[in-house]
Amino acid sequence: MSRIKSCFERLQQQGRKALIPYITAGDPNPQATVPLMHRLVEAGADIVELGVPFSDPMADGPVIQLACERALAHQVSLANVLEMVAEFRKTDSTTPVVLMGYLNPIEAMGAEQFAERARAAGVDGVLTVDLPPEEADSLVPVLRRAELDTIFLLAPTTTEERIRSICEHSTGFVYYVSLKGVTGSNQLNTDEVAAKLGEIRKQSSLPIGVGFGIRDAQTAAAVASVSDAVIVGSALVKLVEQHQDDLPKMQDTVAGLLASMRAAIDA
Amino acid sequence: MATRFDAEFLENVPDSRGHFGPYGGRFVSETLMASLLELEQQYNSLWAKPEFQAEFDRDLADYVGRPSPLYFAERLTRETGGAQIFLKREDLNHTGAHKVNNTIGQALLAKHLKKPRIIAETGAGQHGVATATVAARLGLECCVFMGEEDVKRKALNVYRMKLLGAKVIAVSSGTKTLKDAMNEAMRDWVTNVDNTFYIIGTVAGPHPYPKMVRDFQAIIGREARRQCLEKTGRLPDALVACVGGGSNAIGLFYPFLADESVQMYGVEAGGLGLETGKHAAPLNAGKPGVLHGNRTYLMEDENGQITATHSVSAGLDYPGVGPEHAWLKDTGRASYVAITDEEALDAFRRLTRIEGIMPALESSHAIAHGLKLAKQMDKDQILIINVSGRGDKDIHTIAAIDGISL
Ligand SMILES: Cc1ncc(COP(=O)(O)O)c(C=O)c1O
Repeated sequence: MSRIKSCFERLQQQGRKALIPYITAGDPNPQATVPLMHRLVEAGADIVELGVPFSDPMADGPVIQLACERALAHQVSLANVLEMVAEFRKTDSTTPVVLMGYLNPIEAMGAEQFAERARAAGVDGVLTVDLPPEEADSLVPVLRRAELDTIFLLAPTTTEERIRSICEHSTGFVYYVSLKGVTGSNQLNTDEVAAKLGEIRKQSSLPIGVGFGIRDAQTAAAVASVSDAVIVGSALVKLVEQHQDDLPKMQDTVAGLLASMRAAIDA
Repeated sequence: MATRFDAEFLENVPDSRGHFGPYGGRFVSETLMASLLELEQQYNSLWAKPEFQAEFDRDLADYVGRPSPLYFAERLTRETGGAQIFLKREDLNHTGAHKVNNTIGQALLAKHLKKPRIIAETGAGQHGVATATVAARLGLECCVFMGEEDVKRKALNVYRMKLLGAKVIAVSSGTKTLKDAMNEAMRDWVTNVDNTFYIIGTVAGPHPYPKMVRDFQAIIGREARRQCLEKTGRLPDALVACVGGGSNAIGLFYPFLADESVQMYGVEAGGLGLETGKHAAPLNAGKPGVLHGNRTYLMEDENGQITATHSVSAGLDYPGVGPEHAWLKDTGRASYVAITDEEALDAFRRLTRIEGIMPALESSHAIAHGLKLAKQMDKDQILIINVSGRGDKDIHTIAAIDGISL
């Protein structure tokens, strides 16, 4: 069984919701990432989502754009990100790691090579933001053969028919984008999210993670009350930006925010 | 196996998911899929309607001033020595470039879809001006995204857009040029998808944009084909057009694809020279990848990061190219060459002095290659060069190169 699947099963038995922080790999510098991943786990992360920096992050708001720019200033490549995961795995063999990014760096490495190296590094799932299932026929089977979970996005505008097809392509969990917008927007409406999750659950029994627009303990708890997992990105990355010159402080504040979300979700 | 570009074959290009061979497609985040599917469906149904086509044709005639002339450049032909050179005068269109053909078409769609707000990306500002123009005419709110570098380079067009009532947003992310403006426009679209129509300015982006923009721009080639037959009694031997995203080129080429005897040359921006890496010539020096919603040739590094481009002309300064060109290249139906900044500037001066026509710097790339080609052709052969736009917007750039401040 995949690490992601067993993670959700364990949480379900405990009656708890998953907390999934996102950080951009290599932000603010390559050395900061692995220690920060461990801090996230200590602060209550169930799964870590690691962003692969890309020069043209079309679906991201300004906060994650800048994070990509900081990482790319250090020439952080997909190969480097895989090295970071391997490093993380040396001391953490249980926390699932999901890579989130765009298709072009994967294609540049080659799908087969990427899948093999990701598996070997200890990656558990892959979410490619600009790859809808219609175009995924060549990548998904390759990832599956390497026993990597394939995670796809669902949006408020996704029709019933597409929900079915997207869920069929997904393993591990599906990622519901809570709002019309880019990462870092703040127009979250929990009632709307709840209604859409109801539609999705009619089509699929996969766990549903909800992301985009979760910025504090309160919004995290609200989303956790209707979803299986809460994904938080820009709110954490903003703190990385603010404290990029003081790494211990950066780790403390990021871990602090995540811990407050953990407490609110579990309360 | 050689591809036969007959009418029946072309009917199915792109396929129903927007693929031109291995290129094109729809690579966007799920948030945009519903809008793209709706746009595709509405476009297909409206474009099939004679009333819609009539409305489009009427606007092109009465508002844009079409047909644009196919002009026999007699003196240029004589001085060059070789093929007879004809110029397709898109520079004479309202707003000064071919871009307006497409914005007229997409604005009609926006009107039919009842979207009160229009957004666009722009490089040189020609597409931005053409968009602001149709928005003014239809009373739509208009917001144009432009890279900070380009805002500086093309101040005249920025002011024109403002006069037309558009809001110009300077984009400071990434390389601060056209590709970043496109990223930002996409982000705006995802956020305001309910009330906003995104008018993409070239044959790039996710399906159905490459097909739709081609269909709107194909008026260039349809007219040129008819005009050439009327004036000379035969088809041209070769076509030349500059390629940024590739909309003026595909507009000229497309109606000739089934005419096997007609050769086609797309001219990319060679910048400081292909060997320097400082250029914007993905078909000449890039490799296939995925950016801005489609698979195509891109300028990227070994890690799949999109690299910075350079061209003296802001409108060609783009690391990708429309997917149909990628496919025409691979099939060998069209050839793609590069012209340097310096060669383009020479061609600008030459056309200005010899024919009294000041071409846009983008179009000057096509002129430069056209002149090289004409010399190698026979006197009884016919060459059509697309003058995609006029040079007014570039006067400051050229003066600065001459060391003159206006
Ligand atoms: C006059 C002119 N020609 C050509 C281009 C390049 O675009 P495309 O390759 O889509 O025709 C531009 C773009 O700004 C332009 O203004």
